Amino acid sequence: MGKHTKYLIIGNSAAGIGAVEGIRIADPLGQILVISDEDYHTYSRPLISYWLEGKVADENIYYRDPDYYSSQDVQVKLGDKVLELNPSDKSVTLDTGEEIRFDKCLLATGSHPFVPPIKGKDTAKNATTFTKMEDALKADEIIKECELEGRKPKVIILGAGLIGLKACEAIYDQADEITILDLADRVMPSVFNKNASEVMEEFIKSKGINLLLQTSIDEILDKQVRLTNGETLDYDLLFLAVGTRPAVELAEGAGIETDRGIVVDPYQQTSEANIYAAGDCTLSFDISSQSVKNIAILPNAYIQGKYAGLNMAGQDVQTEELFPLNSMGFLGLHLITAGCYDGESIIVDDDGVYKEFFVKDNKLIGYIIIGTCERSGIYTHLIRKQTDLSEVDFDSLILEPTLSSFGKQDRFNKLSRPH
Amino acid sequence: MKRVYVNEDVCLGCHLCEYECAFSTVKDRDDTGKINNMFKAFNRDVSPKSKIRIEELNGDNPEEKINFAVSCRHCETPYCVMGCITGALSQGEDGVIRINHDKCIGCRTCIVMCPYGCLVINNDKTMLKCELCTEHNETPACVKACPNRAIVYEERE
Repeated sequence: MGKHTKYLIIGNSAAGIGAVEGIRIADPLGQILVISDEDYHTYSRPLISYWLEGKVADENIYYRDPDYYSSQDVQVKLGDKVLELNPSDKSVTLDTGEEIRFDKCLLATGSHPFVPPIKGKDTAKNATTFTKMEDALKADEIIKECELEGRKPKVIILGAGLIGLKACEAIYDQADEITILDLADRVMPSVFNKNASEVMEEFIKSKGINLLLQTSIDEILDKQVRLTNGETLDYDLLFLAVGTRPAVELAEGAGIETDRGIVVDPYQQTSEANIYAAGDCTLSFDISSQSVKNIAILPNAYIQGKYAGLNMAGQDVQTEELFPLNSMGFLGLHLITAGCYDGESIIVDDDGVYKEFFVKDNKLIGYIIIGTCERSGIYTHLIRKQTDLSEVDFDSLILEPTLSSFGKQDRFNKLSRPH
Repeated sequence: MKRVYVNEDVCLGCHLCEYECAFSTVKDRDDTGKINNMFKAFNRDVSPKSKIRIEELNGDNPEEKINFAVSCRHCETPYCVMGCITGALSQGEDGVIRINHDKCIGCRTCIVMCPYGCLVINNDKTMLKCELCTEHNETPACVKACPNRAIVYEERE
């Protein structure tokens, strides 16, 4: 018989750490084992672009302090991959051959970068995806090689979504020339609506970046790509940043219900009792669009992980309301998005700050802000709580997010009561 | 835990809380907690920022004018901490939500998460927030400065 642990967490990023913290609220002593195929102390995936840019020092990429595991009394196995999950006998098998049994297990397996089936992708030189520390290290090495030759790299980025644009920001000052390609007809189609995409496209071009939309790569040659429009472009560094897909293979292999993401109930439990899932590998109920989808963002990963942990440790609590939400800086431009973009659109162009609100059934279901907007969480909370807009002074709220636009009793509850 | 609670009925809108808050993090102080060198603490070019802010609501006539102060609620469900992508925000066992300025990269996810609009963008673009500044005093600087008990620091159920 192999080793046994009360709680087994597969994954060492935001959802896994959220689960550790959820479990420790309810069960300070129960044995926790975290397994990850990456051999790193828990680090923040979104910070790899800041690290590559040189804005985050090596020691600050970590999501928690160096003594985190010992302070939380957590055992870790880093660099070991879980090959098989067996729900019936509550065990996993690692690539080392070791078998570990558990009482409760969390799948916090995250996502895999998706690379379209481009000819030559498997043998491409100086090419990398951009979701993990290893990717950032590889990109950094290629940039340094160019530096040794006394030049800055020519960079091609396939994908004009969040990952591609953060890669672009990271290498902006280190690159000679940057070309962004995307098969879609606008940038960030999964995060923006058309209006916001247009603002972003203008901004990208104003920064001297080549942006080729409705264009992809047909074939990767020797540090050269042939585009779908027939042109060829040379590169020193190629980012394959098309997107990610939930990592569901472990769940699928165990017969757990998946549908382009692991299906979970409001307590983060999968179709198998004692097995939970959280983060980018899951499907969530998006309260803004009232639909089930994969919402791959760090805040939701942590929240789902925390509630999974609480439930694994015997509490009976439903996860917080979830919906998409992004705050992104890009070369000095700030963009905030939340919720979905159905319903009636209300546009406010205020002193260079672009705001668009989306209202359905007299509730705020989404917003986009381009430019600085402090206190926008006040808007987010309207989405989160599905507040009926007749309860607030929405006309003044859309100009400026303030608590004075709420009723007196509401303000009392917010500012004069503990919560 | 003790928190800062608001009584908007008696807030004068004098902004003294904001002023005191802005200087609350100055470390160079005498035994009584008084700032030793105000010239050094006050920088005209990049003036220190307050973590508490006064909101003003103007009614149709002067009697309807309302003021109140807003600062971090130190929530039991801290959306800002849960959303922080760097781990810069954390909640201590004392319930106080603090920020590690070395780790904050100014991504503003916490601004999008906070239901009350309590995060402030500092001059260096990282985030500032109320940490109750009780290391110098028993009472937060804003509450101490309030002339009319429009903010109090106490336990409430």
